[in-house]
Amino acid sequence: MVAKRKKRTLTAGHTYYKQFNEEIRELIKEGVTDFTINECNGQRYIGIAMEGDIRFHINGVPGQDLGAFMRGPYIHINNNAQDGVGNTMDDGRIVIEGIAGDVIGYAMRGGDIFIKGDVGYRVGIHMKAYLDHQPKIVVGGKAGDFLGEYMAGGIILLLGMFSGKPDSPVAGRNLGTGMHGGVIYVRGEVPKDQLGPGLHTQPVDSGDLKVIKELVNDYAKELKLDSKDILSDNFVKIRPFSHRPYGNLYVAC
Amino acid sequence: MLFQPINKNYHEFCIERDKDLCINCKVCVRQCSYDAHFWDESRQKVMHDNTKCIGCHRCEALCPTAALSIRNKPSDFRPHKLWRPVFLQNIYKQADTGGVLLAGMGSPVDIPVYWDSMLLDASQVTNPSIDPLREPMELKTFLGAKPKRLSIVTDKNGKPKLKTKLTPQLELDVPIMFAAMSLGAINFNLHQAMARAATETGTAYNTGEGGLHKSLYKYGKNTIVQVASGRFGVHLDYLKAGSAIEIKVGQGAKPGIGGHLPGEKINFMVSETRMVPIGSDAISPAPHHDIYSIEDLLQLIYALKEASEYKVPISVKIAAVHNVAAIASGVVRAGADIVTVDGMRGGTGAAPAMIRDNVGIPIELALAQVDQRLRDEGIRNKASIVAAGGIRCSGDVVKAIALGADAVYIGTATLIAVGCTLCGRCYTGKCPWGIATNDSKLSKRQNPDIAARKLANLIRAWGHEIEEMLGGMGLNSIESLRGNRDKLRGVGLSDTELDILGIKHAGR
Repeated sequence: MVAKRKKRTLTAGHTYYKQFNEEIRELIKEGVTDFTINECNGQRYIGIAMEGDIRFHINGVPGQDLGAFMRGPYIHINNNAQDGVGNTMDDGRIVIEGIAGDVIGYAMRGGDIFIKGDVGYRVGIHMKAYLDHQPKIVVGGKAGDFLGEYMAGGIILLLGMFSGKPDSPVAGRNLGTGMHGGVIYVRGEVPKDQLGPGLHTQPVDSGDLKVIKELVNDYAKELKLDSKDILSDNFVKIRPFSHRPYGNLYVAC
Repeated sequence: MLFQPINKNYHEFCIERDKDLCINCKVCVRQCSYDAHFWDESRQKVMHDNTKCIGCHRCEALCPTAALSIRNKPSDFRPHKLWRPVFLQNIYKQADTGGVLLAGMGSPVDIPVYWDSMLLDASQVTNPSIDPLREPMELKTFLGAKPKRLSIVTDKNGKPKLKTKLTPQLELDVPIMFAAMSLGAINFNLHQAMARAATETGTAYNTGEGGLHKSLYKYGKNTIVQVASGRFGVHLDYLKAGSAIEIKVGQGAKPGIGGHLPGEKINFMVSETRMVPIGSDAISPAPHHDIYSIEDLLQLIYALKEASEYKVPISVKIAAVHNVAAIASGVVRAGADIVTVDGMRGGTGAAPAMIRDNVGIPIELALAQVDQRLRDEGIRNKASIVAAGGIRCSGDVVKAIALGADAVYIGTATLIAVGCTLCGRCYTGKCPWGIATNDSKLSKRQNPDIAARKLANLIRAWGHEIEEMLGGMGLNSIESLRGNRDKLRGVGLSDTELDILGIKHAGR
């Protein structure tokens, strides 16, 4: 049985985030499932710790920690997003038509974050996977330093296509530093100097290509892009050199 | 032992076996998880290897004929004030392995213990002391932000009513809580014991950074859930399961560094609770990578307040470091309802020895300075202070509260209550007392019923002692002692130390 959708349009305007989020929580209790938020002006924590089949369509720029701790909702932003999108998120999907800031998907355990443009520093740090929880981040533009640092699971796909930084490398310094799980796929090549210590790029195999194709199709559909165009170039992958990078570091005293 | 490399010759302990008493029953062989005792097939008797002994005393305690004694092995090195044996042994080990020295438990280094240099007051003649066995004595403590002033209105029947809206508080019957020790660092039997003992005695325990097992959610009223940099087991149900949320920024035993729970300690239950794969390392980054400033900390504090719908207080735990007072001020201004300060003698399941023994400052100095700073800035009411790191007895608790703490955490004392002997090998996962291990055979050595009773006993005993000490000072409520440094005097301390502690010398 398909649950009945109940729609509501809200204007964020100059409402303080605390009041605004309280209003959303109240409306969810009343059974509202689909929100259109207009004039979003940096209100923080939208969608935080929310659960289930709830949809947000945001016009404007939502503030920090969008969708943190959330488990299930779908958020579509027709503009840019700030820092902390999907912090420690469990499940759901966040689609960003513009660019996003730093620390996207920190410690996320499940769900998808699709960003059309560039992202800032420290994206995908300590992403992890558990059983059927497989977090995925797709970045259409370029990424700053420390993409996928400490990564313990999940998938990051970096396309480098829709970027406002033509002169920058596809990813900043220390790509994947300390990763001990998961995989980072990059379209095209990664300059060797950008990789974290001990890491190197490898060609993708047919299994990887299947995963990439599926992910790109999903991504292209959400952002109305041409998946064929995205898939027309080569991809490389970066995997951890060990699941226990610090296993031999210590001696008992 | 002959024909051994030098590092094997200088072991720390000797196993003495009384041949007349030993009946070769092999209890020691079964009890020792480090294989120091073994059955010698050719000699048909129990033998031992001193180099493997870690000094836990498990065999000695369980030997049915009391045939075993574990003794410190006196150093064979030529005495040297600078080059003490520990430095030689460590260099041998590091030259062999190239490894970073790893240690467990709190720091054993010889730095001043200020608890021992502070003395409490008592009433004589002018202000009668109170007998807590016969008169009411209030230990109840509320942790959380307090309003600057209260406004009260009277309704039409003349009844007073509180108009000020209070922020959420963590209610404690005794100001002693079980410190953060994760499921993984210690096993489920002890997590369960802490939860039950905290519930029984009306206090709280802290989950540590390894999540909370579903079966313990029912103890939520007495649970503080922790959020650390690895975010293990952190999800929305967890955040709503406890009565307070603690952001772990630092730990007294290892300020400034993260943690690695080795794959060996990640069994099914730990994996399920942390939500990480079995057998792979669980690595906590050194900082929270979403907190690089006080503004970022504010962002996480309010994220957690939003996630828990402003129903529980948020604590921020920091290690006692040089600028702890200024940092605590920033933490309180960022919106923390509780600031937890963990001193350098705090325990740990694993820390690099150099960090544990050389970084941070003692809790007594840090606590006095944090309390003073918050008072000077007029924001002391905005947060409660919890002190941790090396509290050994109720006397230490009373002194901590007089120095300005609202409550204390006890970690090492909690483990000692269930039989820990401070052998300090918590990181091996082979704890012979069944504490810092997830091995199913070893963890069975801790019966949750007995452990819960011991922990509840400890809290009750310390509670009684605190009442006695308060009564002796003529106080009938822990509130009257909080930050009341007039009840403390120092002995053998320098003017600088007295000044930092904010107390007078004994005799003044």
